[in-house]
Amino acid sequence: MSISKLFLGKQSEKLPDNPIPPPSGERTGWQHTLYVIRRDVLAIFSVGWILLMILCALLAPVIAPYPDQGRGRNDADNRLLPPSANNVMGTDELGRDVLSRLIFGAQPAMVASLIVVSVAMLIGVPLGAIAGYYGGWVDELIMRITDLFLAFPSLLLAMAIVSIAGPSLINAVMALVVSWWPWYTRLVRSTTRSLKEEYFIEAARAIGVSDVIIISRHILPNTITPIIVQATIDIGTVILATTSLAFLGLGTQPPNADWGLMIDQGRQFLRQAWWYSLYPGVAIFLTVLAFNLLGDTLRDIFDPRQYR
Amino acid sequence: MKKLEYTLRRLFLSILVLLGMTIITFSLTRVVPSNPAALYLGTRARPEQIEAMTEKLGLNDPLPQQYIRYLGNLLSGDLGDSLATKRPVVTEIVSRLPATGELLIVALIIAIGIGIPLGVFSAQLHGKPADIFVRAFSIIGVSVPQFWLGLLLQLIFGLALEWFPLASRVDSTLRFTSPIQDITGFFIVDTLLTGNWIAFQDVAWHLILPAITLAAYPIGLIARMTRATMLEVMQQNYIRTAEAYGLSYRLIVYVYALKNAIIPTLTVIGLTFAYSLTGAFYVEIIFNWPGLGLFTARSFLNLDFPAIMGVTLFGAFGYIIINLLIDLLQAYIDPRVSLE
Repeated sequence: MSISKLFLGKQSEKLPDNPIPPPSGERTGWQHTLYVIRRDVLAIFSVGWILLMILCALLAPVIAPYPDQGRGRNDADNRLLPPSANNVMGTDELGRDVLSRLIFGAQPAMVASLIVVSVAMLIGVPLGAIAGYYGGWVDELIMRITDLFLAFPSLLLAMAIVSIAGPSLINAVMALVVSWWPWYTRLVRSTTRSLKEEYFIEAARAIGVSDVIIISRHILPNTITPIIVQATIDIGTVILATTSLAFLGLGTQPPNADWGLMIDQGRQFLRQAWWYSLYPGVAIFLTVLAFNLLGDTLRDIFDPRQYR
Repeated sequence: MKKLEYTLRRLFLSILVLLGMTIITFSLTRVVPSNPAALYLGTRARPEQIEAMTEKLGLNDPLPQQYIRYLGNLLSGDLGDSLATKRPVVTEIVSRLPATGELLIVALIIAIGIGIPLGVFSAQLHGKPADIFVRAFSIIGVSVPQFWLGLLLQLIFGLALEWFPLASRVDSTLRFTSPIQDITGFFIVDTLLTGNWIAFQDVAWHLILPAITLAAYPIGLIARMTRATMLEVMQQNYIRTAEAYGLSYRLIVYVYALKNAIIPTLTVIGLTFAYSLTGAFYVEIIFNWPGLGLFTARSFLNLDFPAIMGVTLFGAFGYIIINLLIDLLQAYIDPRVSLE
């Protein structure tokens, strides 16, 4: 084990040199990370907004001004009220506070996208590592199946699956997993293939380390960087996908709150109540933007060579 | 000769992928618990009716036999009949294709026309405020939900400013004043061919908001890709050589560099075009555009399974064709692409 650790150490030497000239002295590891984050106001925004959304999702009943309305209780006297002190973002056609609905809507958005991305990774990453490491017919088999799924426009495939399995958030999540895992397989396979040729893997093999250990201890840890960057951006994309499925009526079902569903419901009241459709869209936009920006920042941190 | 061989091999692979896709769409309707025959008859059907329909549709046959029959129907261009309209799915798709096609093509032209110059411009001003602005613009473009952007544009330019019509493909009064002769189904082309100037204006006016909505995402991606490849190409030796020869900066950027930078962008354009196929569905719903999207959304919600299978297969088919064409185009225009 210690020998392969030695070789793993050699890996870190291959880290690219720092193209962002540090103003004073050498920055390494965490210092560099903090430097890049601080340099980028946008990174602070994205991390802050994502944390806020996670908080909303976890503590919706505590944060929301009208928790029972957030869960779906009607208030017939207050239909389609414009924004005011009582309802900062107005009310919807059933008299529910839009802000409370938005806060509860963070739950399906954040939870569903996290589940989709993690399950897709759980399926896609090992398959990619196996395909890349073993090559030959195993590789062929896995990659041809992957190609097949990649050949479908992913959202279209998800729509078809959900509509046939029955519209619900759970089915939307499963459908998105089905259309998402191949991306990770392809990503991990290509990294694994190049890693396989490295000396430290060859050395590990030469001293008789088993394939399982090589893949799990030496290959996967080295593929983690592109996976994390990809997964971060993907969470945003999946939020777009789940909310657009909900918009079509193929995701979260009423009376539960969902940003996409709210936009669809508010569409009929565009003339009378602009706030109804506007705010959920802002929520989706800012959240997806935050994940995209965070993904970009992570890429800069992990791989300064690509710094643009 | 090598190119021909490459083309044939790619074509063969695409056919294999298509075949695999039919297996997926076929199993989609077979792995789920709901009985297609029951769906076909509606909720009030009696059990013996369902039994008879199951037999009639051949759903009691072994699965491989059912699949072969499905495949045979596909090859003869039969995607089954829509449960909602009782008309062949193929007819439904073909009759709606021009509306969606027109929207897609105009959006693509806008996306390329704005995205590529934006990317080049941004790369030239690397690090300057204008570059940061373009980067921001492109990341916003890929983060904004299309169905919401459409609503926002409707709200601002349709309802508040009243610059553009709110929805639909033509004005409802146009039918009486200057009707459009249906030649190709692409209204822009039809009105131009017949010299119907009033109708042309109306059609173009209705196209602007939906096309911009659909183009927002591709503009962002194309600008980002063009920018990245331009930056890379501009650092290469042949550019330095051209500079050393004293060629004008414009000539270097717009001819020598862009020619090479455009090739990876081509892949992105192909991908986004395919992506826009699904995006167009949403835009059509928002703008009440009488194309494939409205039909698809309705069939997805009504569990019109022949239509679902048909549209999914058709979308996937379009996706494969576009990717194939892009790959081939790349191989033909870029001698560096290895044909292995």
